[in-house]
Amino acid sequence: MKNPYLPIPMILKKAQIETSDRLLRTLELGFKNKEDEESFRFIPGQFCELSILGKGEAPLGIASSPTEKGFLKFTVNKAGVVTTALHHIEEGSEIGIRGPLGNGYPINLFEGKNLLVIGGGFAFTTLRSLVAYFLHPEHRAKVKEITVIYGARMPGLLLYKDELLEWERRNDLKLVTTVDWEDKDWKGKVGLVPNVLEEIAPSSENTSAVICGPPIMIKFTFPKLMALRFPNERIFTSLERRMKCGIGKCGRCNIGHLYVCKDGPVFSYAQLSKLPKDY
Amino acid sequence: MKLKLDKKNFEDFLKSLMEEYDLYAPVQPVEGVSVFKKIEQPSEVNLTQLVPQKPAKDIFFPQSEVMFCYEMAGKQSRMNSMEEIKRERILFGARPCDIEAISIIEKIFVGEEYTDVYFLEKRRKTTIIGLGCNHPLSTCFCSSAGGDPFLRAGSDLFFIDLGETYFVELLTEKGAALRKNRFFKEVDPNDLTLVKELEGKAFEKVGYSIPVEGIEKRLDLMTESSFWDRVHEKCIGCAVCTYLCPTCHCFDMVDEALNNKGQRVRNWDSCLFPIYSLETSGHNPRPTGRERTRQRLMHKFNYFPKNFGRVACVGCGRCILYCPVQFDIREALLYASAKRAKGLKRKFR
Repeated sequence: MKNPYLPIPMILKKAQIETSDRLLRTLELGFKNKEDEESFRFIPGQFCELSILGKGEAPLGIASSPTEKGFLKFTVNKAGVVTTALHHIEEGSEIGIRGPLGNGYPINLFEGKNLLVIGGGFAFTTLRSLVAYFLHPEHRAKVKEITVIYGARMPGLLLYKDELLEWERRNDLKLVTTVDWEDKDWKGKVGLVPNVLEEIAPSSENTSAVICGPPIMIKFTFPKLMALRFPNERIFTSLERRMKCGIGKCGRCNIGHLYVCKDGPVFSYAQLSKLPKDY
Repeated sequence: MKLKLDKKNFEDFLKSLMEEYDLYAPVQPVEGVSVFKKIEQPSEVNLTQLVPQKPAKDIFFPQSEVMFCYEMAGKQSRMNSMEEIKRERILFGARPCDIEAISIIEKIFVGEEYTDVYFLEKRRKTTIIGLGCNHPLSTCFCSSAGGDPFLRAGSDLFFIDLGETYFVELLTEKGAALRKNRFFKEVDPNDLTLVKELEGKAFEKVGYSIPVEGIEKRLDLMTESSFWDRVHEKCIGCAVCTYLCPTCHCFDMVDEALNNKGQRVRNWDSCLFPIYSLETSGHNPRPTGRERTRQRLMHKFNYFPKNFGRVACVGCGRCILYCPVQFDIREALLYASAKRAKGLKRKFR
């Protein structure tokens, strides 16, 4: 029987500091064993437990898209013991992963509709996976208009800047970036994500909204979406909680009868509104 | 199949079990705590305490357990998983509540998608000999929680103390493997009458006074009730109730390493500790005793039933017996469930 607690070995192929505060590092991991690579099937929104032997594990959303083959990408915020180790680990080293874990975004529900993606700060990882997935030629026709609103405190704190430039040039995606504090080169908007959303006022007709960001951003974005008449069933968010096992056994990440690790991390607002506010 | 065992042969019987199995049973208190433990000598077995402080879950889901060992050589590593149990085991003398609790933990640990191999391996390789409770304690409420003092479910063999002898029932294939044991004898018709009598007395004592039925629905309406503002107040967050609870199954995973060798270990954890849900950012989704006590009670009586159709409480009473501030889960249930708890209403509101 497969032991779900044993990590599979990955090799750190490439690492890169993402932001001007140097607290976010993107890791590109390659599979050490061919058979692990073949059996690893995931959808955007799922996550992995990254394991550093001697330090422990940390849950991180997969930032690469299933359409990008041969590697997995994670962007790590340097915060605790494991994530600090993930900042210091050198290219060529072994990192364990367990996954893919969680439910991921409801890709099928998005099909045939417009997609509104709202991200804040470093919570943009799985949203990047989602957008990259639908921008792939094989999947682009599955959704109609894609609108991305992405905000950070400062321009230097936006993730995946090269890719954002690329998206800006595309004509099949509307990208709106915003910062709280601009610098002299900034060409995007200035203002908080909920306010920018209100200003752009995307139509809720036949549109699904996906929000991921700091709790405070989510809290103020929900009412704006309501005002735009998005139904609760078509608003999705991805939650984070302290986790250990990632497979619904160890107990700590439940919200009501649902576990963030196993039944989430993606929930609709309709689901969340029925649960205790334990998040 | 029904048999009996003379008590004068009890120690020899245990010895005969030990020839083929690792035997686990309640023993004299270790450092002041009564536990289930691997038996070296039959004389160690001590059945005087009805519910040993530490529940039998410890035998299937130890308080601290090495999941795997690892060794690092340069940038490579080698891992060695530790789930294998080499010798078949017998758990002797667990009470119906503890045995019921093991099947409750099994519901969550053995899933369709992911199975906890450490638990399952121990479960598969353990034969359970249950022991009926002739004299339930005043804190016992198993009948209210869906069990009873003589519940056979989950046991492979079941023992009932008849004074001079043990009445023995073989219940499963695993249990039947022991039918040829040389110390088992044929049962008397009189013994069967005696069993009925004992059962009747015990049922009467333990009663059905605690309203567990229907509690799930009631709690659905109480998520934001002012009840939670008061009920947690005397709790000091020591978490003894969750550690000694036979159904609590939360754990933490930590790495212990020195130089290039180490192990990943899991330890029991508790939702009553603030650090349990504290995130690295400093955010804590359950910041006060109110949310943590709500989590403990709601998980047992609302969330778990929603997922598995049964409350995650077996009425063993340990959380009542060993709480340092006399928090009584029965009082909380009485208040939460029925109008008749008038006095309690005053107490908690």
